[in-house]
Amino acid sequence: MTVNDSIGYDLIVNEIPAGARVLDLGCGNGDLLAILVDIKGIEPHGVEISQSGVSECVKKGLYVTQSDIDEGLSIYKDNSFDYVIINQTLQNTRYPEQVMKEIMRIGKNAIVSFPNFVFIQIRLQMMLKGHMPDTRVLPFSWYESPNIHLVSIKDFTRYCESRGYPVKKVMHFRQGEGEKPVVSRFFPNLFAEYGFFVLDGLKFTASIKDNK
Amino acid sequence: MEKKPDIVRHLASDSVGLVKTEYLTFAEDEPMRLACGKTLGPITLAYETYGRLNKEKSNAILLLHALSGSAHAAGFHSPDDQYPGWWDAFVGPGKPFDTNRYFIICSNVIGSCVGSTGPASINPQTDTPYALSFPVITVGDMVEAQRHLVDHLGIEKLLAVSGGSMGAMQALDWCIRFPERVHSSIILAVSHSQSALGIAFNEVARQAIFQDPNWNNGDYYDEQIPDQGLALARMIGHITYLSEQKMHEKFGRKLQDKEILSYGFDSEFQIESYLHHQGIKFVNRFDANSYLYLTKALDYFDLRMDHGEGNLSAAFESVQSDFLMISFSSDWLYPSSGMMDMVNALRANGKKVVYFDIETDDGHDAFLLPNTTLAEAIENFLHQEYRKRNDGK
Repeated sequence: MTVNDSIGYDLIVNEIPAGARVLDLGCGNGDLLAILVDIKGIEPHGVEISQSGVSECVKKGLYVTQSDIDEGLSIYKDNSFDYVIINQTLQNTRYPEQVMKEIMRIGKNAIVSFPNFVFIQIRLQMMLKGHMPDTRVLPFSWYESPNIHLVSIKDFTRYCESRGYPVKKVMHFRQGEGEKPVVSRFFPNLFAEYGFFVLDGLKFTASIKDNK
Repeated sequence: MEKKPDIVRHLASDSVGLVKTEYLTFAEDEPMRLACGKTLGPITLAYETYGRLNKEKSNAILLLHALSGSAHAAGFHSPDDQYPGWWDAFVGPGKPFDTNRYFIICSNVIGSCVGSTGPASINPQTDTPYALSFPVITVGDMVEAQRHLVDHLGIEKLLAVSGGSMGAMQALDWCIRFPERVHSSIILAVSHSQSALGIAFNEVARQAIFQDPNWNNGDYYDEQIPDQGLALARMIGHITYLSEQKMHEKFGRKLQDKEILSYGFDSEFQIESYLHHQGIKFVNRFDANSYLYLTKALDYFDLRMDHGEGNLSAAFESVQSDFLMISFSSDWLYPSSGMMDMVNALRANGKKVVYFDIETDDGHDAFLLPNTTLAEAIENFLHQEYRKRNDGK
């Protein structure tokens, strides 16, 4: 769903320890999982909504099931993955709140990365030109955009606070076409194209989820 | 001079060529115990093999066939054969089940009538056909018998077990019954249990056979066979293998060999004549009693009860196999939801599973028909599983 298919890959690869059991939600053609297998020898699992995406994943030796992440996560057991990744996909989900709950439940750790909707280029476009953002990160017209739950870095930070999700690390970043990601530490909500959060999901289990 | 390609199909570069069915007989001294509590022996199992077993014995794939299938999965029995084996589109040099790389075994089942011990076989104790004295068998019994074949071929662990429909039921049972002997499995067009709908159609098919006066309580082997009943049973089955859309596309309301309605009860629509043709064709190659026994085995199939004390997730707990599972969007006999239940049970158990649903109008029959998406998925999955097994990764 994004222009540059390898957004944030380097940061994710650095973060994940060798041999981890990893679930990539909305894994597309499986490029990220395949890189993680090559470099980190992970056990690759994925969920992808398109048949063509799953077909590509089979070619790479990945274990991917065709299903909708809005519906298909409840079957996984608590903390059954070392890392659950949702990379540039949370904004496409219909029920992000429900998806986040499931991610925190089934993952010991979660990596959440998304396009920052208040990145300076977008702010300027909206203020000066008066139309919906049209950037390389968000290239879709309003009538065809799959991005139905756009979010800013500040929004997501507040959300994690309100839900008690411990943020272990942030590495909000910018990444140009064909470039490596560059972490933005200076006013990231303004200057980072993408939010990048590593969350600690260990203590979130089905019983805690139900109590909330 | 160039020969016509249709005459030399067995010489085509992607054909396994001329093949012959082989037979293994076992349980001669000690009969095999069946799920029903009875025993059966001696047992003969028909099988075919294609390709070569490698030195490490790590490239063996067991193919398992559906209700009306046989050990003859690929190639031709003679140069004059009109049709190749039942999965020829997928089995051969360069095809998804690549015989240049893999050693392919296709096993028949007990209860069948195409080479293996079944109701039409001679009971050595009476020197007459078993007929209805043949014990009722289950998918699990078929698999127990096939285990003898795999032992006989000297294969400790299969690279893959694979099949569609009843063949997929056997493959699933293989994974659960012998977890340490199956590296991976390809499961097509099936569910974890036979549905009420499936049992209903099978029962109507069996009643068609029972109602044929020639059936004579199964005792017809020296007499006129119950061909009308069996043909009718097959016609009923064929309806369930197609989809409404496919029937509409293929036949619609078109008439067979006529332009106008005849206002009578002779077969006149193309779909009628298609079903009659399928029925008649079947009678020449299948035994009515076998049809009774095999449909009963389908109806008894329930992984939850057989292996999980009623719980599907428990049934899959000990499997070690990696899975490629594919359902077909227009298969109403084994709808995608049943496959998805299995996929979810496997995922809940942390097993490695690939699943997708192929969009097609081909109905339940889709797994037998040429399909690029299916072919690529099988080819790529096998390739990766072979690599992982041999890398020890």
